[in-house]
Amino acid sequence: MTTPSRSPFYIAVFLLITAGISLAVWRHIELGIPWLTGEQRPVWMVEARVDFDGANDSVVASLNVPAQPPGFQILTEQAASPGYGFSIIDKPGSRRAEWTKREVTGPQTLYFKAQFIPDPGAEPEPPAQPPKTKQLFWEEPQATAVREILAQAKERSSTPESMTRELIRLMQPDTRVQNTTLLMSEENYLQLLVNMLNHSGIPARTADGLKLEDARRRQQLTPFLQIYNGERWLTLNPKTAAQGVPEDLLLWRQGSESLLDVVGGDNSEISFSMLRQTVPALQLVAMQSKGNGLGFLSFYELPIEEQGMFRMLLLLPLGALVVAFMRIVIGIRTSGTFMPVLIAVAFVQTTLIPGLIAFLSVVSIGLAMRGYLSSLNLLLVSRISALIILVIFITAGLSIFGYQMGFNTGMTVTFFPMVIIAWTVERMSILWEEEGGQEVLVQGSGSLFVAISAYLLMSAPLAGHLTFNFPELHFAILGLILLMGQYTGYKLTELRRFTPMKVYD
Amino acid sequence: MDWISPRSLTRLGILNMNRRNVDYIARYNERSSYPLVDNKLKTKLVVAEYGVKTPKLLQVVKQQHEISHFREMAEGLAGFAIKPAKGSGGKGITVITGRDEDYFVKASGARVGAPVLERHLTNILAGLYSLAGTPDVAIVENLVESAPSLARYSHQGVPDIRIVVFQGYPVMAMLRLATTASDGKANLHQGAVGVGLDIGTGKSLNAVQFNRPITLHPDTGLALENINIEDWEEMLEMASRCYEATGLGYMGVDLVVDANEGPLLLELNARPGLAIQMANGRGLLPRLRAIESLKRPHFTPRERANYAMETFASL
Repeated sequence: MTTPSRSPFYIAVFLLITAGISLAVWRHIELGIPWLTGEQRPVWMVEARVDFDGANDSVVASLNVPAQPPGFQILTEQAASPGYGFSIIDKPGSRRAEWTKREVTGPQTLYFKAQFIPDPGAEPEPPAQPPKTKQLFWEEPQATAVREILAQAKERSSTPESMTRELIRLMQPDTRVQNTTLLMSEENYLQLLVNMLNHSGIPARTADGLKLEDARRRQQLTPFLQIYNGERWLTLNPKTAAQGVPEDLLLWRQGSESLLDVVGGDNSEISFSMLRQTVPALQLVAMQSKGNGLGFLSFYELPIEEQGMFRMLLLLPLGALVVAFMRIVIGIRTSGTFMPVLIAVAFVQTTLIPGLIAFLSVVSIGLAMRGYLSSLNLLLVSRISALIILVIFITAGLSIFGYQMGFNTGMTVTFFPMVIIAWTVERMSILWEEEGGQEVLVQGSGSLFVAISAYLLMSAPLAGHLTFNFPELHFAILGLILLMGQYTGYKLTELRRFTPMKVYD
Repeated sequence: MDWISPRSLTRLGILNMNRRNVDYIARYNERSSYPLVDNKLKTKLVVAEYGVKTPKLLQVVKQQHEISHFREMAEGLAGFAIKPAKGSGGKGITVITGRDEDYFVKASGARVGAPVLERHLTNILAGLYSLAGTPDVAIVENLVESAPSLARYSHQGVPDIRIVVFQGYPVMAMLRLATTASDGKANLHQGAVGVGLDIGTGKSLNAVQFNRPITLHPDTGLALENINIEDWEEMLEMASRCYEATGLGYMGVDLVVDANEGPLLLELNARPGLAIQMANGRGLLPRLRAIESLKRPHFTPRERANYAMETFASL
């Protein structure tokens, strides 16, 4: 007889295991699903508060809100403004929250709240078309001054970035020369920079950033300079010429012209308050993955009830793994192949000690009753059926008795699968008759040992977390079980069984 | 706790449970052949075609109404055995050794009336003793009278000889003797004594009970060292012949020696146990591998038996 080569089998198992693990790793990296249960992620809650006085007229308040702030992801957005109509208007280059109301009198307050997750990789998309420079007409003598400063900056630079840096340096008070003094006044510094850069052919604009500090109130935005380097918009500090967005800086406005427009109101003001919160990383992923294509792989899409069911179901492979390991590698004898897993599942619901007490009492009472059944010489099917009814009586009796005595734990008996218990009683009793009480003890305690091991593994929070959030790991479990099916080595218990062979070695 | 290292087990060539299941039973035993050995009636019929003798079949009870014929059939018989065809581990076997007026005398000495036996037959038909409770057939066989040379070693029960046959080659053998602990049954894990037999000569090697070496039978007190099985070559050939009959590559053949008829086949087992290695003090693996590496297998049962006698005495 020829034996088929086993290498395709091992390759398939290897593929299963690597596929399972690499899919899990990929989802961890791509979706940020945490490996551990308790992981927390920081989230910034920013609240923009708009105040204005109504002037007995219809009002349109339009606030610029962040679209794609560099370094952050928007998690949630909401507006609180009783009596106002609210909508978010998305246009390329500008995203605005708009409140509307027909009749407005007196002081008004509008709130806009958003949660931001720090995400170093988040970058705004580069504009589809390169922006155009805005040309401004300069009058003499400013025109000459601008020309000269730009020429000076250009000479010392090679790229739009370095040009901007040079320009900022030239405009600083300590390096200021006559030309700059002519142009400058404190208020228009940033706008002047923008105009000059545009004049030199570098598209430039202003942006507003919010410095994030925990539990700050009434914060104002800081202006920043943005230039277009031919590929994307770069952010620079207009004072220090430092390039890039600091980690704790949220760019609230970029691109759009105005921060806040209120039509039909006076004395409009805006201020920001912020709070650093932490949310469980898992919850974050669940919130983010809604509407995300990758979310299809997740059970969070299901209704809550089904989710609970799958939580339990997805633990079963772990139990099966434990049983396979205990029987194939360790060599523990159990009564019924997968009875221990089902008992372990029941333990998960009852917790260990009450479950153990309930299980042992049901089985031992059942065994005593089965003794009488066996003297009746019944046929198998009716014997088992009678046993199922007896087991239900016993559980009902125990529950009521336990409840009367004031132990609520008595009720947990109902979590045990009745049919499985009936079969367990039947097998144990046959075993008793055929092999004697010792074998019953060996197999019974073996089954309980396996059930408890499976329970300990299945009830570990990490196990529940991993199996539910990384269901692909079950491929790896399947692979391991298949591998064990090919294990032809000695079981641990056989090392003991064959001990007398020592003398022949 | 006393342990043996896996390395010395490997050195001894001890076949273990997992390897037996994966490398031998799953590979060499066709699933479709299992009913042949799990059903004693089918076994009897199929081995008869290959000239292997079994205890004489007296009656087959397949249907409930056939039970009424049992009484007339049993009328003139002194001893017989009622067995469920699909029973396992000796369950449901009733042995009648004699008559006392209208009563039947069981092996244990108890006297039972014909209605009791008829109810037993009904139970067998309903599947009380068959695996998974499927409906069964009852067979009534001639009583085996153990040859006195062997019977004296056994406490109650008939001593039988288990021969493991691999691809038609008898590879290892042991004599199984019932004890009080085993309740007259010849199953090793129930406490019967296993005496390893030299495959070359049929002489006893070592003896074990409950996996521990012993030298005397615990009940009869007889020394177990110098047992010699007669007609050894014939028995090996018989066992070897069962391979042609069933096609099972790895099986256990259980034989008894009848005082009048000589060696008879009792039953076949598609999943023979591993304890035979301890009774022999040898591992099965070197012998199994020797057969697997044979380039030209022998064709006749006699050739195979002779090959085994020559080769395995030293392995």
